[in-house]
Amino acid sequence: MEKEIVLDMKNVSKTFPGVKALQHVDFKLRKGEIHALMGENGAGKSTLIKVLTGVHDFESGEIIMSGASIINKSPQDAQSHGISTVYQEVNLCPNLSVAENLFIGREPRKFGFIDWKTMKSKATELLKDLDIDANVSDKLEECSIAKQQMIAIARAVDMKCQVLILDEPTSSLDDEEVEKLFVLMRRLKSEGVGIIFVTHFLEQVYAVCDRITVLRNGTLVGEYETAELPRVMLVAKMMGKDFDDLADIKGDHKQLDKLIPVIEAKGVGRKGSIKPFDFVANKGEVVGLTGLLGSGRSELVRAIYGADKPDSGKIFVNGKEAKINAPIDAMKLGMAYLPEDRKKDGIIADLSVRENIILALQAKKGMFHLMSRKEMEEAADKYIKMLQVKTASRETPIKSLSGGNQQKVIIGRWLLTNPEYLILDEPTRGIDIGTKTEIQKLVLDLADKGMSVTFISSEVEEMLRTCSRMGVMRDGKKVGELTGDDLSQEGVMKAIAGGDENE
Amino acid sequence: MNKDTLKNITSKRLFLPVVCLLAVLLANVIKTPDFFKITLENGVLSGYIIIVINRASELVILAIGMTLVTAASGGQDISVGAVMAVAAAVCCQILSGGEVSVTELASPMIFAIISAILAAALCGAFNGFLVAKLGIQPMVATLILFTAGRGVAQLITKGQITYIRVDSYKTFGGYIGKCPVPTPIFLAIIVIVIVNLVLKKTALGLYIESVGINGTASRLVGLNSVLIKFLTYVICGVMAGIAGVIASSRIYSADANNIGLNLEMDAILAVALGGNVLGGGKFSLMGSVIGAYTIQALTTTLYAMNVKADQLPVYKAIVVIIIVILQSPAFKKMLAKQKTKKLSGGTAVEGGK
Amino acid sequence: MEMGIFKSNTVTTEKRKFNSNTFLLMITILLFLAMYISGMIIFKDNGFAKPQMFLDLLISNAGLLVIAVGQTIVMITGGIDISVGSVTALVCMAIANQIENHGASAYMAVVIALGIGLLYGIVQGFLISYLEIQPFIVSLAGLFFGRGLTSMISTDMISIKNDIFISWATFSIDLPIGSYSKRGKFIPAHIYPTVIIALAIVIIVALVMKYSKFGREVYAIGGNAQSAMMMGLNVRKTKFKAYILNGFLAGCGGFLFCLNSCSGFVEQAKGLEMDAISASVIGGTLLSGGVGTPFGTIFGVLIKGTISSLITTQGSLSSWWVRIVLSALLCFFIVLQAIFTGIKKKK
Repeated sequence: MEKEIVLDMKNVSKTFPGVKALQHVDFKLRKGEIHALMGENGAGKSTLIKVLTGVHDFESGEIIMSGASIINKSPQDAQSHGISTVYQEVNLCPNLSVAENLFIGREPRKFGFIDWKTMKSKATELLKDLDIDANVSDKLEECSIAKQQMIAIARAVDMKCQVLILDEPTSSLDDEEVEKLFVLMRRLKSEGVGIIFVTHFLEQVYAVCDRITVLRNGTLVGEYETAELPRVMLVAKMMGKDFDDLADIKGDHKQLDKLIPVIEAKGVGRKGSIKPFDFVANKGEVVGLTGLLGSGRSELVRAIYGADKPDSGKIFVNGKEAKINAPIDAMKLGMAYLPEDRKKDGIIADLSVRENIILALQAKKGMFHLMSRKEMEEAADKYIKMLQVKTASRETPIKSLSGGNQQKVIIGRWLLTNPEYLILDEPTRGIDIGTKTEIQKLVLDLADKGMSVTFISSEVEEMLRTCSRMGVMRDGKKVGELTGDDLSQEGVMKAIAGGDENE
Repeated sequence: MNKDTLKNITSKRLFLPVVCLLAVLLANVIKTPDFFKITLENGVLSGYIIIVINRASELVILAIGMTLVTAASGGQDISVGAVMAVAAAVCCQILSGGEVSVTELASPMIFAIISAILAAALCGAFNGFLVAKLGIQPMVATLILFTAGRGVAQLITKGQITYIRVDSYKTFGGYIGKCPVPTPIFLAIIVIVIVNLVLKKTALGLYIESVGINGTASRLVGLNSVLIKFLTYVICGVMAGIAGVIASSRIYSADANNIGLNLEMDAILAVALGGNVLGGGKFSLMGSVIGAYTIQALTTTLYAMNVKADQLPVYKAIVVIIIVILQSPAFKKMLAKQKTKKLSGGTAVEGGK
Repeated sequence: MEMGIFKSNTVTTEKRKFNSNTFLLMITILLFLAMYISGMIIFKDNGFAKPQMFLDLLISNAGLLVIAVGQTIVMITGGIDISVGSVTALVCMAIANQIENHGASAYMAVVIALGIGLLYGIVQGFLISYLEIQPFIVSLAGLFFGRGLTSMISTDMISIKNDIFISWATFSIDLPIGSYSKRGKFIPAHIYPTVIIALAIVIIVALVMKYSKFGREVYAIGGNAQSAMMMGLNVRKTKFKAYILNGFLAGCGGFLFCLNSCSGFVEQAKGLEMDAISASVIGGTLLSGGVGTPFGTIFGVLIKGTISSLITTQGSLSSWWVRIVLSALLCFFIVLQAIFTGIKKKK
C-alpha cells in the first residue's frame, strides 16, 4: 500500500561556483516513514538538506509539501512549513534550561511576562509524552549529548513538524544512546511524522529505516526499499560501481621482497574517537585505510601522528618506542600528514605558495635556523615544477589557487621534509581527474623509492590501484585487513559493509 | 599611467600608511610653512619635524610590539601604557635607592635598566599566559594590567614621583654628549633594526603570521601555537619596558600616573593605520612604524591647531572607528547590498512606468 | 513502554545540579561574607560593625551598581563595554556645566544624563551588532572619546551648587535600624534616594532579564548565537537592544554618581569600567557570555565596596591597593572561569 507523500522534491538542481552540487535530484518522503539519505563525501546530501531547509536557494526544481509548492528562504521559513532539522551539533543554547530550550521564541506569556510555571508544566508534559526523562529546570549543558538530541527533537515535534530531518544525530552517541534515539524515532514514525535520516552508519540504516535514497556526485542514484537492498549493493551504489560489473584492478608497482616495519602501533586508541587498534606500515609499501566517512580512518592516522594525542597504546618508529606529544614530535621521527580538510587544517590561506611549501620544513628546522631566501625559492620552484602546480608565481597567496593546486602545494610541503612515512588523508578529494591520476602515480613512485605511505580515500578504485594492503574501518574500529586476492572491489565492499550480506 | 599600474600601486601594503603620512605632513606644511625647516640651536637640532620624530620614538617602539601581538593573537594588548609606567617606576626606584629625589645614582644604570625591562617582560609574560595558555580574549586579559599596572607602579615608587636628577640618566630622553640628534630617535631606529633583523634572520615572523592566520593548520605542520603567542606578548612587554625607560628619562622621573598615558590607543591606531588587520594574520612592521610617525605628526598638527592634550583622544577615537568600519567585512557587504538595492530599485521604478 | 527511556540517568542528573556557575557565585557570596565579617572583627572600633557601614557601601556605590548591571547585560551577550567610566565622567561634567554655566534646571540634568547614555548605547550598539566590529575596539574608542569630550567642556572641576540638585543629593532618609552612641543615644541609620533608585533599577532589570522575551533572548545569544539564530531569534536586534539598555543604564548610573559627587571633572570615575567589569565577573558573569545575573553583580559591587572600605579604614595603605586587589580578584575569577570552561569542554 502506498502511503501518503508529505514531501516531494522534484528535479532539484543547485550549482556552486565551479561545482554542480545537485543535478535534477528527486526525493520523496512519505507520511510515517524513516527514510535514509546516503552518499559519500560530495554526494550532495547536505546540499539537498540545506536547499530543503532554506539555508541555500536552488536554481531549478520544485518542493511540494502536502500538495502545495513551497519555497523556503530561511530555516524559520522551513519551520513554519513544518520542516524541522536536528543537527549533529545540537543547535540549542547550553546555558538555558531544558524548558526554555523547548519554548524559546514562543514562550507562554501572562500580561506580557514569561509565564515560567506554564512553560515548565508544558515542557514536562511534552517530555513525558515522548518518554524523554529529563528534568525541565536543569540546564541543557547538564544533560548528556543524547538527551540534548532528544530535546532538540522534542522542540521540533512540538512545533508541529511533518518532516523531521536528523542530520547525523548519532555520530557522538554510544550504542545504548543510539538505541534510545531509535525508540523515539519509531514512536514519531508511528504518529505519522516523516523522518529523513542522514547517517554514515550502515548498521543504523538497516536497523530503523524503511527506505533509502542514494546520491552520488550530486545526482540521484536511486530510491530503494531497505529490505530489498543488500548491504553490499548499498555500498556499491554509494561508491559508484554496479555490483555486477566490478572488475579486479591490481596494483602495478614493485613487489616487496622483505617487510621492514617503519611504524608500528600497538593498542593505540583515543576515547570517543577511535577504539584501540594495531597497525603496521612497512618500508616501500602503500597501505590503504578504507571505510565509510566517519568510520575512524582519519582518527586512526591522527592518533599515530599526534594530531589528537592517543590515551592508550604504544607507537614504535623503526623498532624504537616513540613519544609523540604533538605533531612536531612525529615530524621529527620522519612522519608527514596531509590532513583531510584542506581548507581548515591544511593551507595557511593568506601566505604565499612559497611560504606554504617551506613551512613544515622550517618548523622542523626550528625558529633559529631560517632557510635562506634562495633555499626557499629553490625548494618552492622544485615542487611547483615537479608537481606541476598551476600558479601565477611562487609569491601568489595559496588561497587564490584552485583546490587541486592547493593540494599539490601541501603535498610538496610534506615531500620537502623528506619523510620516511607519509600519511595522505583524502588527497584527491575535490580534484579533477587528471590531477588525481598524477597523485596516484606519485604515491607509487614514492613507495618504489622506499617511502612508507598510508593512503586514505573514499574511492575504492583509486585505493586498489595504489595499495598493496588495506585496513578496514567500521564504526570507529579497525575491523580487519585485506591482502592478496581479497583486494578487489567486491572484497573491499563486503568488508566495509560488514554484517550479514543478505540482511 | 594606466589603470593597472594604478591598481598595482594602491594594492601595495604600504600604500594606505604612506598616503596617510603624506596627507598629514601636507596639512602641516600648509599650516606651518617652516614645518620641514631644521635649525641648529644651542648645538642641537630643532624644528617641527625633529620634534615629531623625537616624540614618536616611544610610540614607534610600542607599535612594533603591538603589531606582533595583533598578528599572532588577533587581539590587542591594552596594558602597554601601564606597563611603561611599571618599567619607569622600577628603573627610577632602583636608581634612587628609595629616595624621592637624588642627584647621584644609587645603583649602576645598566642594572636598573635591565631590571626595568625584565619587569616589563614579566608583565608581558603574565598577559601571554592568560591569552595563549588559558585562551582568554586578549583585550580582557590585558585589561587586568591596564588598570592594576599604574597601581603597581605607584606601589613601587611608594606613591611619590621619584626624581633622578643625574645627567647621565637624562641621556636616553635627551642627547648623547654633543650629538645634536635626540637619543630617542636613535633608540627607536635601533629597536626597529633589531626587530627587523630578528624577523629576517629567524623564522619568527613566518611563524607568527602562520599561527595568526590558521592556528590548527599551524599545529599540524609542527608549530607550537601557544608558545608563539606567548612569545609575542613577552616581546610586547619588553617593548613597553624600553619605551617606559625612554619616557621616564625625558622627565628624569617616574610619574606613575602620566607615563605612557593614552599611548595604548595610539599604538593600536598605529597598527591599524599601518594597514594591518586588527583580526590578526599577515602583518607589516614598517606599516605600523609609518603609522606611528603619522599619528605623532597628527598630534603635532592638532597641537598647532590649539587642541589641548586632553582633547586629542576625541579625534583619535574617531579615526580609529573610521578605520575599523572601513576594514569591517559586514560594512563592505552592506555597501554592496546598498548598491544592488539601488540598481534593483531603479529597475522597479522603470517597471512601474 | 512504561519506563522513561532515560530512567537510569536520573540519579546523576540530580547530583549534577550543583553546577560550576552556582559554585562560582557561592564563592563570591562566601568571599563577601568572609571579608565583611573579618572587617567587623578587625575594625570593630572604627564602626565597621554598625549597620550604617553597610548602608554606606550602598550609598557610595549606587552609581556603580547601576552601571555594573548594564555591563552584566552586555557581557551576557558575550560582549563588553569599557567606555562606561568615560560616559560617567561626561555625564557628570555635562550636568555640572549645564547647571552652573548655562542655568539648566536640575530636571534638565536627568534628561542630559539619560540622553548621553542612550546616544552612546545607540552608536556603540550599531557598530557592534550591525557592523560586527569587536566590542572592545568600539568601546575603547568610546572610552577615549568620552574622556576627551569631557575635557573639551572644561578642564577645571565644576562644583554643582543648584539648590534643587543639592536637596536631591542630601535628602537623607532615616531607617528604623541604627546604632547607639556611647551615651546610649539612638542614632538612626540613613540612606540617600540614590540607593533606592539604584536598587529599584536593579530589581527592574533583574525582572526584565528573567521575565521578558528580550531578557531570555540575551541569554540565548550569549549561550550560542548560531543556535539562537537557528531557533528563529533576531540576534543582531537583540544585541543592539542590549547595548542601548547598557548605555541607558550607564547614563542613569552617571546621574547617580553625579548626585553623590555633586561635581564634574576630567579625572572623574577613572577606572570605573574596570570596577563594573570586575563586579560582573566576580558576581558570576562568564566572559564568554550566556551566564550571569544582576543579583550576582550586586555581590560583585559589594565586594568592591568592601575592599575599598577595608583599605580606607585601615588607613596606612594607599588607595592604589583597592585597584590592585580588585584586579587580582578579577584575575583570580577569570582564571577560575577558564579552568571551569576547560573542564566542561573536556567532558
